[in-house]
Amino acid sequence: MKKTISEFLKTVLIFLAGRFKRLTMYFKKTKTMKDYMMVYYSQAKSAKLTGGKVAWITSGGPVEPLIAMDVIPVYPENHGAMIGASKMGGSLCEVAEAMGYSADLCSYARSDIGCATVNGGPIGGLPKPDMLVCCNNICGTVLKWYEIQARYFNVPLFILDTPFCHTEYTEEMARYVRAQFDDYFVFLEKACGRKFDFEKLNRVGYLSHQGQLLWQAVLDTAMHKPSPMSAFDAFYHLALIVTLRGTKEVIDYYTWLLAYMKDRIARGIGAVPNEKYRLLWDNIPIWHRTRWLSEKFAAHNACLVADTYTTAWCGALRYIDENNFIDSAAEAHARIYLNIGVDQMAKMVIEMIDKYDVDGFVLHSNRSCKPYSFGQLDIQKIVERERGIPCLMLEADMTDERTFSESQISTRIDAYMEIIKERKNKK
Amino acid sequence: MKELTEIKNIVSNPYAYIRKCKKQTGKKVVGYCCSYAPEEIIWAAGAMPVRLFSANENIHLADTHLQSYCCSLVRGILEEALADRLDFLDGVIFPHTCDSFQRLSDIWRLNIKGPFHLDVVLPVKLDTPSALQYLRDALEKFKNDLGGKLGREITNAMLADSIRTYNKIRRLIGKLYELRCENPQIISGADFHAVIKAAMIMDKNDFLEALSQIITQLEKDGAQKTKAKVKKLVLSGSVCSHPDIYNIIENAGGVVVWDDLCTGYRYFEGLMAENSRPLEAIAERYLNRVVCPAKHMQLKGRGENLVRLVKNSGAEGVVFLLLKFCDPHAFDFPYLKGMLEEASIPCMLLDVETELPSEGQLQTRFETFIQIL
Ligand code: SF4
Ligand code: SF4
Repeated sequence: MKKTISEFLKTVLIFLAGRFKRLTMYFKKTKTMKDYMMVYYSQAKSAKLTGGKVAWITSGGPVEPLIAMDVIPVYPENHGAMIGASKMGGSLCEVAEAMGYSADLCSYARSDIGCATVNGGPIGGLPKPDMLVCCNNICGTVLKWYEIQARYFNVPLFILDTPFCHTEYTEEMARYVRAQFDDYFVFLEKACGRKFDFEKLNRVGYLSHQGQLLWQAVLDTAMHKPSPMSAFDAFYHLALIVTLRGTKEVIDYYTWLLAYMKDRIARGIGAVPNEKYRLLWDNIPIWHRTRWLSEKFAAHNACLVADTYTTAWCGALRYIDENNFIDSAAEAHARIYLNIGVDQMAKMVIEMIDKYDVDGFVLHSNRSCKPYSFGQLDIQKIVERERGIPCLMLEADMTDERTFSESQISTRIDAYMEIIKERKNKK
Repeated sequence: MKELTEIKNIVSNPYAYIRKCKKQTGKKVVGYCCSYAPEEIIWAAGAMPVRLFSANENIHLADTHLQSYCCSLVRGILEEALADRLDFLDGVIFPHTCDSFQRLSDIWRLNIKGPFHLDVVLPVKLDTPSALQYLRDALEKFKNDLGGKLGREITNAMLADSIRTYNKIRRLIGKLYELRCENPQIISGADFHAVIKAAMIMDKNDFLEALSQIITQLEKDGAQKTKAKVKKLVLSGSVCSHPDIYNIIENAGGVVVWDDLCTGYRYFEGLMAENSRPLEAIAERYLNRVVCPAKHMQLKGRGENLVRLVKNSGAEGVVFLLLKFCDPHAFDFPYLKGMLEEASIPCMLLDVETELPSEGQLQTRFETFIQIL
């Protein structure tokens, strides 16, 4: 079934309005997240009509070269999050399972593979790709997933291979990743049929860097007590730095958001009305339960002030040189949070614990995401040893809602909050 | 056959063999767990490479480091180390493969003290010039790192020597596959599996010696053994640590004549050039070998290879032996199955966790499958 553009716009609008009613109230005077995302997805959907090209790209991949070549980037992972939030993950995963894909595979991959064949989900499927760009700095799953889609859509696939940095980023790795940026430019020249626009890349690279700095500044407002925003707000506002990084829109939006959060700080407004306990979240959100979890913790006067997930889109800032985009981008992409050793991850977690001054650490053991979840038990031990704060591990799946046990998780959170309260009151 | 009995003994108690060997030869023992481990370099350095397997016993120590949705191979290997059963190791190397092994390396490094630890981060894609350059660089780096850990320089002459030994072994294993393919009665599946496993455990020289004896003997016996009519099958998957499978398939009227396993043909496939620079020759073998699903080379390479294996070996069907929670293999399964279907080759899927389903149940499933061939 083919959806017309206007019908499509309506679906996007209804979807976003429904999901984020609470938040839309905040955005009366400016362009809302909803506006941005709607324009973005409708442009992507109508690209074919206007002769534009669409690339599917992984969330950690270098999007800037695509933007420099006017290719519209589409993120199946962001789509996966939307599918999860609309509780449509289970049914789309079932489509993939009927095709022979194991139910133990990543639910972003499963729901996307399923969705591509039925054009289902909250926005009637993604626009078909003209090319695929896969950067394996987040996992090996994306490699297999993109191979599958490259066979299915019969389009060219570019793989940016970022060697895993267990303990070091070696000279050899640096040369390899840098060389692949050149391969990437050649790939795009071929796919677009014109010379690569290096001048534009520098401008896009600059905007991308500015966007990431702003995003970091927004997240930093959570250091304030009470925190003006929670990790659940970050999960929501993240969409732009993921999908439109490198554009002016991102700068406008986060500039506004930063001012908004600062205003809340000035007026003493917290994300959780009576913030008493501050917590740190690890791993991808449980998209189908964000509202429920946010209310659950708020009922205990607990605010999840920060998380390791949304930080990933500015975590490699230290490697970026805004005047030398290409060379520094190579390193920044290879050294992101999921592409480093467990001990380095633990170190970053501890930095966040100190920075946001949290009382506890909540880890989502995410059945879908093995590289994010394996090693968590060791990170938990390191945190307990180094900082002595209570940790809670919840097993769930980010997008596949079928096995989620609300009552069990609820009981565990209640018990955990008792420990947090007791400990804090003793102090 | 004396050599075969010896091999079976070694395989049933590999740790005792490794300890004894270590004592006798004074060699350092270096563990690895993936067919992308550049073993040739370890052997060249005068150390003994041994493949680590999971113990198939109850896993509990590993539970405090790895969640239940991690594959039993990775959990099982960690269990062996945590239970202190691998005290013979002087070092361990982790070639980069899947997400689970990637994290096992970190967890091992943080928790298992004693043996030295090296990561060998090879490229994930193997079909571009920049990847080939990096592959060479990574091998060179590994050679230097390993030399440093073992306190000796690994020269080209040592590497060339090692390459010759590995080529000899790989040629003979190829011969063994062919003999068995021609007449599956010649050696039972379980014995065959034992020989293959021994190749990953034994001292290379000892193994080469035993293997040549076995092959000479089989060639002699072969002529006398009649060829029974059985359905030939190909086994595809990651690691086969269930030798019983071979027997059960044989009892069900079939026989495995070829495989596409990490611990099978994929480990032996391909020879190295003996007249080019040694590291170059090792790198080239990785490029020419059919990839493991955690690596990338063309979009349909594995599928085409599987169809070819079935046709060349005269097999009539494929059994997929997939380990639960193994992502790379599970992602490839539907497309491999699709390509087999296009070529009118039937297949069946066996999903295994730590333990196999009961023997009776399995045999019935195989019988049903073999009947439709
Ligand atoms: S959720 Fe994890 S496994 Fe899935 S695509 Fe993202 S990083 Fe990869
Ligand atoms: S490739 Fe599969 S079986 Fe092998 S370690 Fe990885 S997940 Fe486990």
